[in-house]
Amino acid sequence: MTEFLQQLGKNTRTSFTKLGRGTFFLVQTISGIPSVLPRPRLLLNQMYSVGVLSFLIITISGLFVGMVLGLQGYYTLSDFGAEESLGVMVAASLVRELGPVVSALLFAGRAGSALTAEIGLMKATEQLSGMEMMAVDPIKRIISPRFLAGFLSMPLLAALFSAVGIIGGQLVGSGLLGVDEGAYWSQMQAKLDFHDDIINGVIKSIVFGFVASWIALFEGYDAIPTSEGVSRATTRTVVNSAFSILGLDFILTTLMFGDK
Amino acid sequence: MDNSVSPQNSLVSVQNLSFSRGNKKIFDDISLEFERGKITAIMGPSGTGKTTLLKLIGGQLFPEQGAIVVDGNNVHRLRRSELYNLRKRMGMLFQSGALLTDMSVFDNVAFPLREHTHLPESMIRTLVLMKLQAVGLRGARNLMPNELSGGMARRIALARAIALDPMMIMYDEPFTGQDPISKGALVHLIKSLNTILGLTSIVVSHDVYETAAIADYIYVISEGKIVGQGTPKEIEQSESEWVQQFMTGAADGPAHFHYPAKDYVDDLLSTGKRY
Repeated sequence: MTEFLQQLGKNTRTSFTKLGRGTFFLVQTISGIPSVLPRPRLLLNQMYSVGVLSFLIITISGLFVGMVLGLQGYYTLSDFGAEESLGVMVAASLVRELGPVVSALLFAGRAGSALTAEIGLMKATEQLSGMEMMAVDPIKRIISPRFLAGFLSMPLLAALFSAVGIIGGQLVGSGLLGVDEGAYWSQMQAKLDFHDDIINGVIKSIVFGFVASWIALFEGYDAIPTSEGVSRATTRTVVNSAFSILGLDFILTTLMFGDK
Repeated sequence: MDNSVSPQNSLVSVQNLSFSRGNKKIFDDISLEFERGKITAIMGPSGTGKTTLLKLIGGQLFPEQGAIVVDGNNVHRLRRSELYNLRKRMGMLFQSGALLTDMSVFDNVAFPLREHTHLPESMIRTLVLMKLQAVGLRGARNLMPNELSGGMARRIALARAIALDPMMIMYDEPFTGQDPISKGALVHLIKSLNTILGLTSIVVSHDVYETAAIADYIYVISEGKIVGQGTPKEIEQSESEWVQQFMTGAADGPAHFHYPAKDYVDDLLSTGKRY
């Protein structure tokens, strides 16, 4: 029993120290952002590797998710003779939930893990130390541009995911199952609210981008500088990002749509 | 000792330094002086914290006790911006080279110049080529770090370390894992750069032969204490058993061959339970 309590206390302490280090790291990263702005090249390079390189996985997944939504939505809606509402159903699910959440999960798996591995390896091969000894702050030079890139890319990727998904739903809905194309689009136009649906979705994806980039960069920066340490940190990035994204999604959804 | 280093002429002065990692005491109240314009070596077996000492001098780690003074500045009392300014005048060669893997050789050497100066690109090119010529690798400027051998990577890192014309360079195990030719090239480079550029060099190493060939003064450290110091000749003739074991590479001596264990016979005859 005492052993259990000891272990519990130890784990709690370790988690809180890590949270403290993480917060400190976040503050440093954010305060490094102003020094990135005069050097857009640094940011553009990272936008490319974080954002553009995630393009393919995001569009393909978006297309399939949209197609499945079209198919499943049609079968449910047709029971009530409401197939014409398919467009609304597909678009609302994507814009409000699936777009931000699934693209954030994919982002954590594709870009987040790559960021952790990159930073962790830079630490293991003394590149970060080397930079410090050359009087270059690695937070400003390496971390802040990547953070900003992740943070800016996420809403764009989520928007792309939703857009491609809506097209996928239309392909299946009107192409395969015979839902009227005009109804698909016009009902969507009539029912979807710019503020309630689109802005709330964008807010979600901004929050997820912030958290996923923070976790990925911090895990890399905090990794034990060995090959084993880096591989563990990469795993932790994906697991912790997924938990945080799903947990935050619940909280945000409650706040945004809870009073309806 | 007559020829011990006088504090007035030292560029780096380590005073009563203590440092621990966990429960292990890495340095226990040691003092060292590094004279201007000279090559001073720190020798000792692996795990004695030689790299830690360089990180302490560079201000990357904080001592528990004692002070480190570099060119009149107490490293650990400086503000961050002052420390960074001091570091611009200190070069460090990491064991792995620590080249930035996503940049070519040229860009790696140009990195400190681009970060800290506003020189036009044409001048940066000239400077980089000069530094690369000094280490004999001007022709390798377009290679990526993963295309370099270990010895070449260290020479490139050396070119990068001298890019801002520092007053001193710290070498972390420059000879480890090198073939004889690369070792020879590095020995020659360290010596000639020190003379030509008027640098102060601190070489941390356990390669006895190479280090003794170029060092002006040697400190031998073991278990957090200085066990011997002097010119290479004095060290060679040292009467300390410990220093003799280290210099000749004897398997057993004051540093034991066996990890502490209970009596061999008892151990063999015991039941074999894990304890």
